[in-house]
Amino acid sequence: MLIFECPYCGVHAEESELSPGGEAHLKRFGPGSDDADFESYLFIRENPKGVHFERWRHSNGCGKWFHAARCTMTLEVFGTYVAQTFEPPQDLKEKITAKRPGWSWRDFS
Amino acid sequence: MSDPVTAMETLRFEGFVTVSQAGSLGMITLRGDFGSKPFGTALKKALGLDPPQKRQIAHGNNSTAAWMSPDELLIFCSWEDKATLMTALQKVIGKRHAMVIDVSDARMTFTLTGSNVREVIAKLAPVDLSPGSFEPGELRRTRFGQIAAAFWLVSQDEAKVICFRSVGDYMFKQLKAASTPGSELDIWT
Ligand SMILES: [Zn+2]
Repeated sequence: MLIFECPYCGVHAEESELSPGGEAHLKRFGPGSDDADFESYLFIRENPKGVHFERWRHSNGCGKWFHAARCTMTLEVFGTYVAQTFEPPQDLKEKITAKRPGWSWRDFS
Repeated sequence: MSDPVTAMETLRFEGFVTVSQAGSLGMITLRGDFGSKPFGTALKKALGLDPPQKRQIAHGNNSTAAWMSPDELLIFCSWEDKATLMTALQKVIGKRHAMVIDVSDARMTFTLTGSNVREVIAKLAPVDLSPGSFEPGELRRTRFGQIAAAFWLVSQDEAKVICFRSVGDYMFKQLKAASTPGSELDIWT
């Protein structure tokens, strides 16, 4: 059971109050993009063992989308942050480094 | 003009708490940047209240405003007052990027009364209802069983629960089941 703190309403929401939204920080490639970019946007995902970044929605709550960082192996939650950003906040990255030295995820580390 | 009636006016169940359907209540959804100073001032003018803080409920002259999300308030008033209030809100909002909608017909309200109201809610919603963790003054949006709902405590032995009226029957049935005599947990009493 995951518990995320919603960065908008501050509720410590249990998983059943949330809806998963897949991987975080995907860049959309639409019509006119080249095939490799479009394929990666649609199909290529990280699927890591360890540190992972995801989108979640507080659907049975304030209704807002947010980001979450967690460990796929232990289900440890490192933190949550707002949706209006292209990358995890620095303090969260530092917190993850303290717990999982040497971690990396796409271009983040 | 016809009188307003709710979908299931006579719903009532006497369990270890009493579950009853509350009468028609005016509800207005306001969306916009109410946290900003000019918007807050405008709201105060229309409602006589300062916009509520995160998850809190603020009381005005003849209305109550509950925090639903960073850009959404739910305003409660009597059925008779809602038209006047809608007009007043629209007037102070003016050209601001905002939305005021009468959602009174969209929802159903239940009143729970009895010393174990916390228990009935705790059986259905994934919320910590222990005294101290949840107290009157806060509105919590969550789920009850499988449906979205919101609730607040009026006092230690009275709670209000709102949900969409399309799922009102499901809500009543699960509130009834959760308050069936003999199923008391007595954890907080
Ligand atoms: Zn939330």
